Amino acid sequence: MFPAPIQDASAPKRYGYYAAVVIALVCWLLPLLAVMLTSLRSPEDFDVGNYWGMPKQWKFSNYAEVFQQTPMTRYMLNTVIITLPAVAGAIALATLAGFALAKYRFRGNLLLFCMFVGGNFVPFQILMVPVRNMAVRMGLYDTYWALIFFHLAFQTGFCALFMRNFISTLPEALMESARVEGANEFRIFWSIILPLMRPALAALAVLIFTFIWNDYFWALVMVQSDAVKPVTTGLSALRGEWVASWQLISAGSIIAALPPVAMFFLLQRQFISGLTLGAVK
Amino acid sequence: MNAPPQSVSLQAEVAPAPRRRGISIHLVPWIFLAPAVIVFGVYVVIPVFQSFYLSLFDWDGLSPTKKYIGLNNYVALFQDDQFWTSLKNNVYWLVLFLLGPVIGLAIAIFLNQRVRGMRLVKSLFFFPFVLSGVVVGLVFSWFYEPSHGLLNTILGIFGLPAISPLSDEHLVTPSIIVAGLWPQIAYCMILYLTGLTAVDPEQIEAARIDGARGLKLLWHVIIPQLAPATFIAVVVTVIGALRSFDLVQVMTDGGPFGSSSILAYFMFQQSITNFRMGYGAAIAVVLFLIMSVFIAFFLRHMIRNERR
Repeated sequence: MFPAPIQDASAPKRYGYYAAVVIALVCWLLPLLAVMLTSLRSPEDFDVGNYWGMPKQWKFSNYAEVFQQTPMTRYMLNTVIITLPAVAGAIALATLAGFALAKYRFRGNLLLFCMFVGGNFVPFQILMVPVRNMAVRMGLYDTYWALIFFHLAFQTGFCALFMRNFISTLPEALMESARVEGANEFRIFWSIILPLMRPALAALAVLIFTFIWNDYFWALVMVQSDAVKPVTTGLSALRGEWVASWQLISAGSIIAALPPVAMFFLLQRQFISGLTLGAVK
Repeated sequence: MNAPPQSVSLQAEVAPAPRRRGISIHLVPWIFLAPAVIVFGVYVVIPVFQSFYLSLFDWDGLSPTKKYIGLNNYVALFQDDQFWTSLKNNVYWLVLFLLGPVIGLAIAIFLNQRVRGMRLVKSLFFFPFVLSGVVVGLVFSWFYEPSHGLLNTILGIFGLPAISPLSDEHLVTPSIIVAGLWPQIAYCMILYLTGLTAVDPEQIEAARIDGARGLKLLWHVIIPQLAPATFIAVVVTVIGALRSFDLVQVMTDGGPFGSSSILAYFMFQQSITNFRMGYGAAIAVVLFLIMSVFIAFFLRHMIRNERR
């Protein structure tokens, strides 16, 4: 193990290490801790210049206020309505594609794989004008569908990379023996491959849920009315209205961040296995 | 598809091959691939080419006609000071973002201990990565706030003069980059933490017996074994640096006076705010060409790994 296990070190060194970890953690999260503290402050604190001392009064009601006085509930709901179908669709299409890329030899296999991987890395701006025009022409601009379709299509690239790498690790013999027994290719996919993919499906779902939830650029380009705006652009719009009400901006930021953060803490292992792209064992 | 009648009669003459499965095996992968290829083609591959094409036109995005102007958008672009400022800032982003893998590795080594509670500590270090760019932007805007922000409060405690990072043309880009590095370091850290668990313990023991320790051990034994993690970390960092948009939009809107703009933001501003879609497409093409160098590099590496 590298570095040498701290358990083998002398007692002072050991306690020094623990202290260093705690200090480093506090420094690392300092900007976030500042926002958390501010989100619980009352405007009176700001009036008397109490920015960083103990709040006179812990105002948990700031959070309620964000929901009551702004369309935050609507924004959150919009994000859910956009995110869930896009995640499900991208994973479904990519599982099919990943299976084909992993288990069949055919002309163009590697080329298609490169298309999915390369496309996944292009800057959004090169897609922006055509994709936006397409949405306008199809009458989808400023609807959920504009974002759902785009995210679904774009994330299919990343998911195909991931699924293809995962399915490649499944033993060929499984498929061969099913073929000998007369199962057709679709049957093999459905009853042999798919059940083995549960861990990969979970990992991918958590990961792209976060990607799509956090999207800001496409939300800015494709929708504008409050009725469909997701929480990212919603929050940014609210900031313009709140101007200097930092306690509300802070509470709003934390509300917007909470679902993906909760998802991450609940499903850490899946999340991380998705992130390493299968390249780091 | 309807088969033409001739082929039906043809088929009747040839003895039918025993078709155990309904569909030729050669078609099977294409059936599995079709939906993904179609949506990815429509939303990703074709738009790339359309942007190249659009960059040759003068178009406001609204009028039904576009005016062909050849390479004039590019000529105008190369004479536009804002383009050069943005490009220069992109270079800053690219270079400074490479601190991500370095600091990420340092934190990973620091935290790679089996101590009670370490899992939670690692998660807490990692989770800025899960925050959206908007939230990170707001968090740092408050941190940098000139009159009451925490940064100046801390500087004040140490008797240092207050600064206003987001309204000073020299400080603004590095300050946004620091905010961008926060989640990026977290990502690199997790890649290295995963990589460290795969380092061969026997090699470490052997090196230790030979008297290697500390930095020497790290440099000669550990880092070479972390090469796959380093590769992914550098690739995602470079791509992330060139892709960043959210933070600039949220924290400064490219200001003060366009000094913190980057190509991604400049493109957005020209197309959406100023209705210069053709010009915007030209900016996007330049950004795409820069990015494709790295994409090609990644794909080449990937294909080599496949063949091995």
